[in-house]
Amino acid sequence: MTVSNHHWRKARNVFMQAFTFVCAILVILPLLLVFFYLLKQGAGSVNWAFFTELPKPVGEVGGGMANAILGTFILISLASCLGVPVGVLGGVFLSEYSHRRLNWWIRFTADIINGVPSITWGMVVYALIVLPMKGFSVLAGGVVLGLIMIPLIMRTTEEVLQLVPNGYREAALALGIAQWRVIVQIVLRTALKGIVTGVMLALARVAGETAPLLFTAFGNAYWTHRLTEPIAALPLQIFNYAISPYDDWHRQAWAGALVLILLISGINICVRTLTRDRFSKRA
Amino acid sequence: MGNPATSHLGDRLFKGLTLVMALSVFVLIILIGFELAHGSSTAIRQFGWRFLISSDWDPVNEKFGALPFIFGTLVSSAIGLLIAVPLSIATAVYLTELAPLWLRQPLTMFIELLAAVPSVILGLWGIFVMVPWLSGHLFPLLQKYLGFLPLFQGPIYGPSIFAGGIIVAIMVLPIITSVSREILRSVPGLQREAAYALGATRWEVTRIAVLSYAKKGLFGAVILGLGRALGETMAVTMVIGNSPQIVKSLFAPGYTLASVVANEFSEATTDTYLSALFEIGLVLLGVTVLVNALAQLLLKTFAGPGVKPQH
Repeated sequence: MTVSNHHWRKARNVFMQAFTFVCAILVILPLLLVFFYLLKQGAGSVNWAFFTELPKPVGEVGGGMANAILGTFILISLASCLGVPVGVLGGVFLSEYSHRRLNWWIRFTADIINGVPSITWGMVVYALIVLPMKGFSVLAGGVVLGLIMIPLIMRTTEEVLQLVPNGYREAALALGIAQWRVIVQIVLRTALKGIVTGVMLALARVAGETAPLLFTAFGNAYWTHRLTEPIAALPLQIFNYAISPYDDWHRQAWAGALVLILLISGINICVRTLTRDRFSKRA
Repeated sequence: MGNPATSHLGDRLFKGLTLVMALSVFVLIILIGFELAHGSSTAIRQFGWRFLISSDWDPVNEKFGALPFIFGTLVSSAIGLLIAVPLSIATAVYLTELAPLWLRQPLTMFIELLAAVPSVILGLWGIFVMVPWLSGHLFPLLQKYLGFLPLFQGPIYGPSIFAGGIIVAIMVLPIITSVSREILRSVPGLQREAAYALGATRWEVTRIAVLSYAKKGLFGAVILGLGRALGETMAVTMVIGNSPQIVKSLFAPGYTLASVVANEFSEATTDTYLSALFEIGLVLLGVTVLVNALAQLLLKTFAGPGVKPQH
């Protein structure tokens, strides 16, 4: 009786190990499938023209997404101008100045904002910028992505600053250096790598955002010359081409998706492997 | 440099600056609530509470009701969570408790990469790879063996609520997995050692000492996943079929709150139409804020400040 019970327990142990392993494989299966199809369908269409030419009108084969690629870079640069300073300084407050109750509420609110669907940000910026300026614009697109970055960067900055040993702060304060200089010159500098990681990950995240750009940046088939004009972005272009009925546009959508995912996973893999050793609690 | 007066001033200025930046999150949440409420005032005045229970969506005659979208959002999120929750928690258990050490890091990396796949790319894959496979293989199979249920009856279109649910599942898998993983990792080692000392097998340790201890936190992870599922936009828009109807069959096309905004917002021609879409956004915001607040409270009370925020 006890022997068979023991066997049964051991068998169940092995079974659960196998079962959870299969679940883990199922979880990463979509990733593998998506990458496989992106390479299969998209690789053939990523060529010189794709990076240098404007989209061709319907019916003409060829053309590229040069304006959308540049547009994405312009939008995330603009977004960084808003998201990085606000996020990093807010993170400094959370980590360096302890007001227990207030900080709890700030964290709580930041985490809730992180979970707000990005499309609602698009509506807010539409009401705030697009309507008063009477048109879709680069500015609106940059602002919406910047707003999405703020809570992301605030929380990651706080986290890496907490990893700076307190001895650093105390040693510097003991030398009579003002607290703000300790924060800027010692704490921020020590944690710089971690902060940059957080910023890069936030950039990778907003670079793929589509929903909030639908009615802010809007998209554009040509080059954009002013902050007040609509601008193309890679995710928008992928969406518009994917839901179109034309085969040549589908081909381009796959190519665009391949470029976008290489950009985003490239950033992810680089910053994660480069900074894994120091500023990360992961094993 | 050593002038105490200037450094005192500098300290106050710097602290004030960081405080203002940190307080911006309150400004943001008030701003988003105010703008959406302001934008939807026309619709709220015109339709009142009927907006939430009416299933008319007729832009031409200016009749608007959100019920089909609420229905589609709830059903696709429910399907998504039914698929994603067991898979994610089992994966988190595997990653923290059962997997060989050398495998944990690469598997975690893959899951982080899946989390980074933009919604629009998953949608593209959904349209051209997943939906044809579903309507060609999986749906007929389900209809054959489970066709006695009303859920699996009716014509198979391809783009459908079910396809939307599967895409939602793929989108929330990585977040539920990684939050659950953090939760399980924060279970104290003593818990495990005590169970091992009683002669428990590895799985028994996990079940008795880890999972029961982490129950509340795991529930928080699931609720967080629900928040993401409700707001998932692009990928769902691309595979759900975008048709505002309430039908029993999961093979029929549906529509969600987020996708109707994505599709119709920039084409809304009249003030009432635009206002109705703003109200849809307001409903979506209200629901996701409540769900996320619940999730954060569960996660924070489970582990204090130790569990990382996830995004």
